[in-house]
This record gives sequence, C-alpha cells and structure tokens, in this order.
Amino acid sequence: MKVVVDFDLCESNAVCMGIVPEVFEVRDDDFLYILQEEPPAELHQKVREAAERCPKQAITLED
Amino acid sequence: MFEHIVVVGASLAGLQAAQGLRRGGFEGLLTIVGDEPDYPYDRPPLSKGFLDGKVPEEKLRLRGAADPEALGVEWKLGVAGVALDAATRTITLSDGSELRADGIVIATGSAPRRLPGFDLPGVFELRTLADARALRGALEAGPKRVVVIGAGFIGAEVASTARGLGLDVSLIEAAETPLARVLDHAAGEAIADLHRGHGVDVRLGATVASIQADDRGAVCSVTMGDGDVLETDLVVVGIGCIPNTGWLEGSGLTIDNGVVCDETCLAAPGIVAAGDVARWPNGRFGGNLTRVEQWDNAIEQGTYVARRLLALESGDEVEPYEPTPWFWSDQYDRKLQLAGIPTNNAEVVNGSIADQVFLQIYSDDDANFVGALGWNRPRQAIQARMLLNNGASLDEARATLAD
Repeated sequence: MKVVVDFDLCESNAVCMGIVPEVFEVRDDDFLYILQEEPPAELHQKVREAAERCPKQAITLED
Repeated sequence: MFEHIVVVGASLAGLQAAQGLRRGGFEGLLTIVGDEPDYPYDRPPLSKGFLDGKVPEEKLRLRGAADPEALGVEWKLGVAGVALDAATRTITLSDGSELRADGIVIATGSAPRRLPGFDLPGVFELRTLADARALRGALEAGPKRVVVIGAGFIGAEVASTARGLGLDVSLIEAAETPLARVLDHAAGEAIADLHRGHGVDVRLGATVASIQADDRGAVCSVTMGDGDVLETDLVVVGIGCIPNTGWLEGSGLTIDNGVVCDETCLAAPGIVAAGDVARWPNGRFGGNLTRVEQWDNAIEQGTYVARRLLALESGDEVEPYEPTPWFWSDQYDRKLQLAGIPTNNAEVVNGSIADQVFLQIYSDDDANFVGALGWNRPRQAIQARMLLNNGASLDEARATLAD
C-alpha cells in the first residue's frame, strides 16, 4: 500500500492524524506530513479509515 | 441465514453501511435504494466549493461509489421507500414493487425544514445535488441581493460563498448568535463578527414576517418582523432539517424525531438505523437519545450498523455505539471544528477569540472535559478529539492543548 495525498485538496483538517498518527502528522506550520508512504500491513485498515474520513477526500491509496 | 439485506438511503451512511457489509463478509444479495437519481455523492461541497464553481460535479461522487459495480450491489436509484412492515421486513417502493429482506439499514437522512408561504420562484433550499445545481445557477445569474434565512451551517456557509462571489448578502437569524444550537455565545459572536467583517448584513434576533412576489410571481422582497423590507431576488432558507421518517408511519418502529434505536442502533429485530435519521442513546453523554446530523457520524455509524447487523447472525458481541461527535465548517478563510459537545463552561486555552484563531475547551458541571472548538486550529482540535476519546481530564486537556 502506498499513501498519496493530493495537496491541492488537503486543508490540514488533521482527521487522518487523529486516526493513524503513525502515518499522518499535521505540524505547527499547519501542513500535513506523511511519515510513512508505505505503511506496514498492521496499519492498513486504519489508513483506509483515514482515507474514508478525510473531509476533503484528499487521500488516495495505491496498491 | 441472511440472504438479502436492503439499505434504504443512498448517501453517506447508507453507502458506508453497504461497504461495511461487504467488508464484513456478507456475500448475499445487497440492495441500495435511493430516492435521488444520482449515485452517492458528497454533500459538504454543495454549500462551498461546488456552489462557487471550484469543485466540478464529477468530483462529488463518493469514493466508495467511484465504481458502482465494484460493490456488488443492486442499485435502485430514483426510487424511494414509501412503506415498511417491520415485522415481516417488507419494504414498499415508490414504483409499487416490494422488497423482502432479512436485514434492513434505514439511512434515509433528513430534509430541509420549510417556511410556510415561501414556496415561490427565487426561494431555494440546499440539501441535494439538484438543489445545489439550481442555487448555483441562480447565484451565477447575478442576483441583486441574496437573503439567507437562518445562520446555521448551511446558511452561514452559503452566505460566505455568496460573498466570495462578490454578491450582496443579508444573513438573518432568529437567535442571538449564529450557530446558536452548537456554539456558546462568545464563539457565536465571533462568527457574527467574521461575517460582518466580510461585508455581510448580519441581523440577529431577527425574524421574517412575510415574503412578496413581483408580477411574474417570483420573490422581490422579504419583510422583516420589525417592518424593515429587504429587496431581493434570491432567498435561501436554511432553518434546519427534519429526519425523513414519513415513510415509516405504521411500520411498527418507534418514531420520535428520528428512528428510535437501542444503544447499538437496533430499531427492531433485523433493522438498524444510521446517519441523520437515527436516534439512539449515546452512553458517552449520559445515555440521552441523540440524533446527529454530521458527515463524520454518517461514516462512523454506517460502518457500525453493518457490523451490528452481521453480529445478529454471528452472535458476536457488539459494543454500544458511543462516538465522540465531530464536525467542521469552512467559512471564508476560517476553519471551524468542534469535537464532543459544547457547554457554557468554555475557556480559551490556545490563541484568542479577538484574533479569530483559537481553541477553546468545554467542561460540564462536574468539571469533566467534554468538548473543544477549534477555529483555524485543526491540529489542536483533532488532538482534543483524541483526548476526548481517551477520557482525558480537564487538566490534561488544558496542558496538552495550550499554546
């Protein structure tokens, strides 16, 4: 699984960080950082949930 | 054996439930009934990006319905459920056909409340894609003044979008502050200031007495309770929503401001409800019957009821549904996020209301940390939500969320 964020859509709502902080982090500069572009299998379900619950639908998961 | 599950309602909660059923291993016949002709689409942009033309219609489709065939569901779109017999789990559709199901997900959402006498050309409501298309066309036509009745989320966001298009806007609210149902007074005042600062004619504690039509029958003015007359050719009414339960009259279910469910969202044997239409006792907040009209809840509850339904068959234990409410609203360049529940015990722990960049936290009468409001403080608002999920104390919240 590869995590791709469309930064034209992302508005740093930080919902993803709330669900899987191991992968997503919104820092003091209010920008989103992807900590692991290819997260391990045990995080996949949470990453999927983060993608679903992104209010801007900015997260895409590639196989 | 569950052989047939019907999801009534083809928006966020219903789609999420269908996905959850498939993900949970349900391999039987799955039918989704939706009264709108469109495949499931995302509603929040309808008052924002779609309305001002930044988000094209093809971008609205919900991710889970990007390939409608992939879910393996029978889509019945443009058809509404018109009756249900809960005892036999039989649904009657508007085309006269009947569906017999072993499991039913009720996710029929809510519909805008209407003002009697306001049904004339030039008056709009905003709930569906069709509503949004119509309103967008009217805004593009260059109205001389937009009058928005109701400063809830829809009203406040439409006012913001219309100002962004350079239109003159009046925003009318009966309460003393905008968003009075969800925000405390100080935060509500800050919203009012935000709109005034952007040139909106904000009228609080104001009522509308009547509406007038020109000789073509279209709206030409609105008369206020204090006698003031606002000339306008475009009125948007956003005065809240009512749950779509009309079709459930006589179904045998308990209907009281929504479909009344138990703490696991079960309304009757084999029947669950999710999204705007569901009302259930949320144990996180004292077990009061709760109905939540929020995007994020539609996702979470839709997912949950799929598990709930499948557990009826597997016999798996299912924990009660006790979400921490969370929503956001984008107005102008401001991003408002509320986690948990607001109370009148509010304290700003980060930033300041005067600067319109802040986070405030809410506590209940026993000094428990119960909610937080972020205003252009998304990271802290989400941290607050995580703290709420973990049952953090007020002191922990103060310490973690401070500047």
